[in-house]
Amino acid sequence: MLSFLKKQRIRGGVHAEERKAASALPIVNDFPLPKKLYIPLQQHVGKAAEPVIKVGEKVLKGQLLAHSQGLVSAPVHAPSSGIILDVNDYPAPHPSALPIRMIVLETDGKDEWLKTSVAADPFQLDAEEISLRVGAAGIVGLGGATFPTVVKLNMGRENQIDTLIINGAECEPYLCCDDRLMQERAAEIIDGVRLMLHGMTNSPGANLHLPEGGRTGRYDMNTKSAVVAIEDNKPQAFLMMQAAAAPYAQIKVMQIPTRYPMGWDRQLIGYVTGREVPVGCRSSEIGVTIHNVGTAHAVHKAIRHGQPLLSRVVTVAGGAVNRPMNVEVPFGTLISELFAFCEVNTENTARIIMGGPMMGDSLPHSNLPTVKATSGILALTPNELKNTDEQPCIRCASCVSVCPAGLRPLDMANNIRINQLDAAVDLGLKDCISCGCCSYICPSNIPLVQYFKYASGEVIARQQAQHKAEQTKKLIDARNARMERIAQQQREDELARIAAKAERERLKAEQETEA
Amino acid sequence: MYVLSAIVSLTLLGLFLGLLLGVAAKYLKVESSPVVDELEALLPGSQCGQCGFPGCRPAAEALAEGNAPATMCPPGGSALAEQIAALLGIDLDLSEVKEPELLVARVSEDTCTGCTRCFKVCPTDAIVGAPKQIHAVVADACIACKKCVEVCPTECLQMHPVEVTLRNWRWAKPQPVPAQSLGSGSNALC
Repeated sequence: MLSFLKKQRIRGGVHAEERKAASALPIVNDFPLPKKLYIPLQQHVGKAAEPVIKVGEKVLKGQLLAHSQGLVSAPVHAPSSGIILDVNDYPAPHPSALPIRMIVLETDGKDEWLKTSVAADPFQLDAEEISLRVGAAGIVGLGGATFPTVVKLNMGRENQIDTLIINGAECEPYLCCDDRLMQERAAEIIDGVRLMLHGMTNSPGANLHLPEGGRTGRYDMNTKSAVVAIEDNKPQAFLMMQAAAAPYAQIKVMQIPTRYPMGWDRQLIGYVTGREVPVGCRSSEIGVTIHNVGTAHAVHKAIRHGQPLLSRVVTVAGGAVNRPMNVEVPFGTLISELFAFCEVNTENTARIIMGGPMMGDSLPHSNLPTVKATSGILALTPNELKNTDEQPCIRCASCVSVCPAGLRPLDMANNIRINQLDAAVDLGLKDCISCGCCSYICPSNIPLVQYFKYASGEVIARQQAQHKAEQTKKLIDARNARMERIAQQQREDELARIAAKAERERLKAEQETEA
Repeated sequence: MYVLSAIVSLTLLGLFLGLLLGVAAKYLKVESSPVVDELEALLPGSQCGQCGFPGCRPAAEALAEGNAPATMCPPGGSALAEQIAALLGIDLDLSEVKEPELLVARVSEDTCTGCTRCFKVCPTDAIVGAPKQIHAVVADACIACKKCVEVCPTECLQMHPVEVTLRNWRWAKPQPVPAQSLGSGSNALC
């Protein structure tokens, strides 16, 4: 089996300079609590949460601030105790920095917890109860996708999932928060993985400690094993995780090659299980579900300690950072405060990036809050940026060979340049994951991934326009039908009126003749 | 009695003329081009007149005859232009087409008198209101035909650009390389 896996070819990808300087330093825990926290109501995929607090109200740490809405959503909790100052629109941590709804919390410095109850042995809880608690803790995918974890756990119970993959690849350069988390909190992560496996089982109280052969019937539908995949540039994290997972036969820790984008779910699933996720399908359809190591850690904290997701480890790195580090910050902390703490040379900062340098979003300024998706904040100097001096395409096809999705970036970009978006969609635009390998490798500095991001947005905009046109047609038809009905009614009323008048006159004439 | 005979004779006359018209419509029918019908089905059908033709049907006829470019319908934008080009089998270069600025009508509550004129002309029922009540525009249904702006007696209805939010924000297109260098590059390899 293993020899078969070793032969597994990894499609595309690049190996960028790693620059994970902070990975040797322990996670910094003593970040000074900010005076004000700006907590967005939407820090996840799905519907924005709805506030349940009033301005001026005093809240405790861990108290629910906003309730999740609908099936795909996540609640938001108070990262510290204090008073609600405002619920209003503030700039979002997004390339556009457009305003979104946020709760402003003035911290009182006491960091007073809300009292919660925890189960003595969570493995005695129903799987549904585990999901419920994970959902109520506001846990979302901490790898950056921020998809609500509870939805994935529920999907795990509904589909036949046999493998749970824990993504510890962290393939982006600079970022090393997951690396440090695995080195320092391996036991907690493995506990989170066991809880997740329990949360995906189908029968209440199914005992995971049983050997696989011990299960019969519908127990076979349950997720059997978890694989923690760690890139081989993190040997220390691998050793710690392996030691922590040793007592549990159902959890395997494996090393995977260091190659960007190894952390892409489809690449990872292909490498770990040898299965390919078909186009347009979810990974759950081939029996695999994937979570980040940070998410597993958050699950452990939620179930074992009753703590909702209030903070995360953020990598602060880049050439302009004098003290690069992994630091645990509460959500809502302004990036500018984080920069002050890490002694960022703002004059030498050419670009601020949230996330990794390959897929992260560049931010226009640093007065924006950190959110659940913030795995890293990079302050890059001018010479760390890619040369944007664009040259003509020399058709070297480097972009084709590095594309992990197996697309032809140069052909797609040429079509997008002349606005032939349909042709680009036919070439597989919708399978593009915006990993940026093509732009990274291009010797002519063509902004390939920027073209695809533009085109993907444009395709969505056109679909919405098309939908609106159809709706408009329906509205116009409905209006025309109504107008026709009203006119018909008026005609009938008129006829009835004439007939009634004639009748009256006839009766009058008859009365006159009788008289 | 005079009244009755008048009614009867007029009814008979009406029926007879109606029958005549019905027969004429069947036997003297002018065959419409199926291409024009298909084009008309593609067009928005709001008869807004922004293309310069009196309505969608005349616009479809002009398109079928080749008297109007595929990009002629402003509300349809480039998505519609692509559909029209595909139907007519013509090449389309959209690189010169500017996407129309998205507009939406908005009622200024200070000056609205509740005269109801605007919602009577709105082709998509996007304006709601009642006599002597302030009206409001349902932004999702507004197609920016500006008919309401023309009839509003107090100029309280005005077109505004659609506000950009995180929901409709999109990445801009990368600035293309100067055409000269592009041309030399592709010639060298063709």
